[in-house]
Amino acid sequence: MTTSTYTETDWKIRYKKRFFNFLRYVRRNPSLGVGLGFLLSLFLFVVIGYAVYDTERFRPLKTGTDLAPFEYDSKKGRDGYPLGTDRQGRDVMSVMIVGVPLTIQIGLIAGIIGITVGTVLAFVAAYFGGWIDNIIRTVVDVGLTIPGILILILIAVNLQSGLTVTQMGLAVSAVAWVWPARTIRSQVLVMREQLYVEIARLSGTGAISIMFKEMLPNLAPYIGASFVGSVASAILASVGLEALGLGPFDSPTLGMTIYWNIQFSSILHGMWWWFGPPIVVLAIIFVGLFLITAGLDEWSNPRLRKRV
Amino acid sequence: MKSISKYIGNIFQYYIVRRFLFFILIIWLASTAIFLIPRLSGQDPVKEKLLLEAQRGGHMQSGLEEMAKAYQKKFGLDKPLIVQYGNYMKDLVRFDFGPSIAYFPKSVNSLIGDSVIWTLGLLSVVTFIAFFAGTLAGALLGWPRSPGFLQYIFMPILTLAAIPYYLLALVLIYIFAFNLEWFPLFGGYAVANLPSWSFSFAIEVVHHAILPGASIVLASLGFWALGMRGMMITTQGEDFMIQAEAKGLKGVRMFFNYAVRNAILPQTTALALSLGTVFTGSVLVEVIFRYPGLGNTLYQAIRLNDFFVIRGLIFIVIVALGLATFLIDIAYPLLDPRVSYKKG
Repeated sequence: MTTSTYTETDWKIRYKKRFFNFLRYVRRNPSLGVGLGFLLSLFLFVVIGYAVYDTERFRPLKTGTDLAPFEYDSKKGRDGYPLGTDRQGRDVMSVMIVGVPLTIQIGLIAGIIGITVGTVLAFVAAYFGGWIDNIIRTVVDVGLTIPGILILILIAVNLQSGLTVTQMGLAVSAVAWVWPARTIRSQVLVMREQLYVEIARLSGTGAISIMFKEMLPNLAPYIGASFVGSVASAILASVGLEALGLGPFDSPTLGMTIYWNIQFSSILHGMWWWFGPPIVVLAIIFVGLFLITAGLDEWSNPRLRKRV
Repeated sequence: MKSISKYIGNIFQYYIVRRFLFFILIIWLASTAIFLIPRLSGQDPVKEKLLLEAQRGGHMQSGLEEMAKAYQKKFGLDKPLIVQYGNYMKDLVRFDFGPSIAYFPKSVNSLIGDSVIWTLGLLSVVTFIAFFAGTLAGALLGWPRSPGFLQYIFMPILTLAAIPYYLLALVLIYIFAFNLEWFPLFGGYAVANLPSWSFSFAIEVVHHAILPGASIVLASLGFWALGMRGMMITTQGEDFMIQAEAKGLKGVRMFFNYAVRNAILPQTTALALSLGTVFTGSVLVEVIFRYPGLGNTLYQAIRLNDFFVIRGLIFIVIVALGLATFLIDIAYPLLDPRVSYKKG
């Protein structure tokens, strides 16, 4: 059977079927569904926000500072902003709409680089073994003991000019590969002993081919879980750096919003509309990513499905 | 000759020796990274910072000249890299991190010394509480005979585990310190008081530590509960559990002496790995509560571009974490007799 015999409608039916299969699976795996739902709602918030809201108001202004949500703006002569403004006159609603994709962008850049480098190192270490494995394993173990954010602080402090969002992602990726390398390596070690890998080896398939054609597809859900996990920890690290004052000062990322909150002691002024939204949005991101990781873990390791 | 190499080979077989060498390796790699990273940028942050301050004038003007001179002499920046590296290593071995730039001539060591006790005190108590409470919660959650209502606490604990400490800290400070005014808003002790060894001061310290401590405990409970729950489920099918059941042992005894005793082993390994996370997570908690610990010192140093303090602090923290990991590693065979000191 070749794919050329399919008509367009066959494809549609197949995808529809797949979609419903997926929905059915999500019902059995609620954490995956809830996690995806969290991120989807954030996605909709950003898309609708960009479509209907004036997102240019994320920039600081001299006028209209410290407005509570919907407070009357005497300078403009009309009711103000749905989430109020901060001490420098940024519209908190705009900051959220613009900040969410920026923060996720940092996480994605670092996550993609981290998982790629980590997976390659894991495969090389686990497949070849010997001294290559020893070196990689030792470096990874050292990397796990030294907190990545300390190294990131050192890097950020030494960059004289402020970081951009992309540079931030690249900097965080410097430590993002360690955890994936370790966890995927142990998975590859288990998989290397499996019969089909043995058979591929005996039938003369090359190392590269075995790694990418035989083992990688089988590890895909697992690598997916560790990718989501590394995006989450990259976001965690970047928000931490930003909150310490080492982030992109002209970009309204969520971490910078936390930084301005700390700088201007928004809590002591009771400005809940300013520190509340970034906390809620970050909580949605972290809990969402965490649930997706848990869901993918369950998918890749069905033994976990047996709940107490 | 052959006997010597055999002897060395034997030494490497010892668990403690291997763990100690790993500890040394961590320190060496970390200190080399701390040496190299500033040089990779091609700039000299300290020199530029000093020049900048000199141009700007201001409160740090005094002592700037001599600081710059001391800096040049101390690091021998005209000498080749390898000589600089050697000097740097010599200083590190003596734990000499030079003077603070912002608080010259105060030394980095005395700045760190003032704050280390606060962080150490807070984090050791908090980690202890979180580890035991979380592990117990996880053990009960993974135990088939526990009451069913326990399952309801699982989701909230799990959700909290995904949230960074400092977000929780912001929420707690707003509710309990700003609105309800049950706890102080910031600091390690009341501003009016000076630290002393009195009972009332101790009460005050505890009162100030509750909110920052609670945000770390709440956010890290789930991590321990999750790990322990997984291990408890794994132990259920083991032969020793069936044996305990067949012996007709009481539930409590089976729970603690059989299931928990075995399930807790990976938790101690996780403890070693989590110390770094706990510390880095607590940095921003300290900043938010203006707690006078290492995290706050680091934050102030970053704000003031006090490079020597940043460098010294990062090095000391890595040494402390490496040492703690080493100690947990060598204590591990006491808990798990299957791991012997003799061979890895």
